[in-house]
Amino acid sequence: MNPQQLEELEFRLLLEGVFEVYGYDFRDYAEASLRRRIRHWLAERRYPSLSAAQGEILRDRAVFTSFLQGLTVNVSEMFRDPRFFRALREQIVPFLRTWPFVRIWVAGCAGGEEAYSLAILLHEEGLLRRCRIYATDINEAILDRARNGIFALRDMQTYTRNYQLAGGSGEFADYYQARYDHALMLPALRDNILFSPHNLAADAEFGEMHLVLCRNVLIYFNPDLKERALRLFDTALTAGGFLCLGMKETLEFRSLAASYTEMVKGLRIYRKEYPD
Amino acid sequence: MNDLPAPPSPSLVVIGVSAGGFDALRRLLGGLPADFPLPVLIVQHLRAGSVALAETLQRFCAIRLKEADEGEPLAPATVYFAPADYHLLVERDSTLALSVDPPVRYARPAVDVLFESAADAFGPGVVGVVLTGANDDGSRGLRRIKAAGGTAIVQDPADAEAAQMPASALAAGAVDHVLPLADIAALLCTLAGCAAPQGSVP
Ligand SMILES: C[S@@+](CC[C@H](N)C(=O)[O-])C[C@H]1O[C@@H](n2cnc3c(N)ncnc32)[C@H](O)[C@@H]1O
Repeated sequence: MNPQQLEELEFRLLLEGVFEVYGYDFRDYAEASLRRRIRHWLAERRYPSLSAAQGEILRDRAVFTSFLQGLTVNVSEMFRDPRFFRALREQIVPFLRTWPFVRIWVAGCAGGEEAYSLAILLHEEGLLRRCRIYATDINEAILDRARNGIFALRDMQTYTRNYQLAGGSGEFADYYQARYDHALMLPALRDNILFSPHNLAADAEFGEMHLVLCRNVLIYFNPDLKERALRLFDTALTAGGFLCLGMKETLEFRSLAASYTEMVKGLRIYRKEYPD
Repeated sequence: MNDLPAPPSPSLVVIGVSAGGFDALRRLLGGLPADFPLPVLIVQHLRAGSVALAETLQRFCAIRLKEADEGEPLAPATVYFAPADYHLLVERDSTLALSVDPPVRYARPAVDVLFESAADAFGPGVVGVVLTGANDDGSRGLRRIKAAGGTAIVQDPADAEAAQMPASALAAGAVDHVLPLADIAALLCTLAGCAAPQGSVP
């Protein structure tokens, strides 16, 4: 076996072990970026090899927690892709209004950036009180951060610009309080958001959703796991509900494609059709 | 007979380019035939939101250019560009992958990310090319390509609009070819075993 095949074997064995011991299943993640993140974590923690780390990862939960942080990519932004949020506001909110109560699932919510963005948008549209936002992620540490609603102050400039480009009708600065180097989102925004752990690779769906956002998560999955996640969303969505993917993710070539229509060209907003 | 085994024929070309990239790519890609037998993957550093290069450059090129789609299978005679704000990687099953992992030393897409994934996936079948640029992205990746048995090509820094990226790649380790931009398309054709089109792009 050459060194590369050996490393390959080590990766496989470790992912098997992590699944057996902790129940977290990374075996169906897209390989290239996963491999890169594992190597990066190993280098940061100064392990000479994967095998050297394996025993500690499997025996010591604290080491595993750090490994999990290294594996999941929690990069996000408020109103990321402003054109998407603008389309949501202008073209999808009118449909949401027709439901007496609106249930929204943000899958892979990272630090809550999208959930807070949605809360702001729905508040400005006068809809927030009728909505419940279920924001889920596999990474519990990042969910704690999301619940606290604390973001880096230095990012607020970008978020403000995104908010304006997304058609924000107020002042973004009204939605947070600046404290030293961080921004604290107004607690009232959180009243209708429920942050909870959920693993798209293992758990069952949430029922009766009208809007599902799962953006920049499926790119990390292999085709089988993508299908699994999409089936979850499909089961969760009511007929006439909406599924939103990342700007470089598409339903094209997926089994769901036949029962969904792209609402806004290129912005990955799909509507689940009513049965005939 | 004790014939040497045939040298491994390359399976894909990966190119990294930054400052000065538009012109460099126009000339390099303009020199590839429409039926160039390999897929070509390109990372160019772009400001987020800048226009898609594939569309702007297509009219200068015979070979087909497109922006990489997530999960897309690699095809010969096609040039794939990393989309703005996403890393581009290649998987072992010859499909393309994108990620929003953090920028690597300020770059997303990063040349190193593409090159390292290509070295992992295709080892000796990779031809890596570092062109003009004003940073050191690509140096580590090119070293990895070499270490995995691939072929490393660097634009002669003296010939590059911005010398730092090629110079840094040369400083980082041994490479196979250092040559001016005007000669790179022909070299790629030779390596890929096809004829270069007649006439060069100004
Ligand atoms: C790149 S972030 C995307 C954040 C946000 N949706 C956006 O587009 O800005 C990907 C998120 O997916 C989460 N994730 C990864 N695997 C998951 C899984 N199996 N189930 C649920 N969430 C997962 C990660 O923890 C991370 O927070």
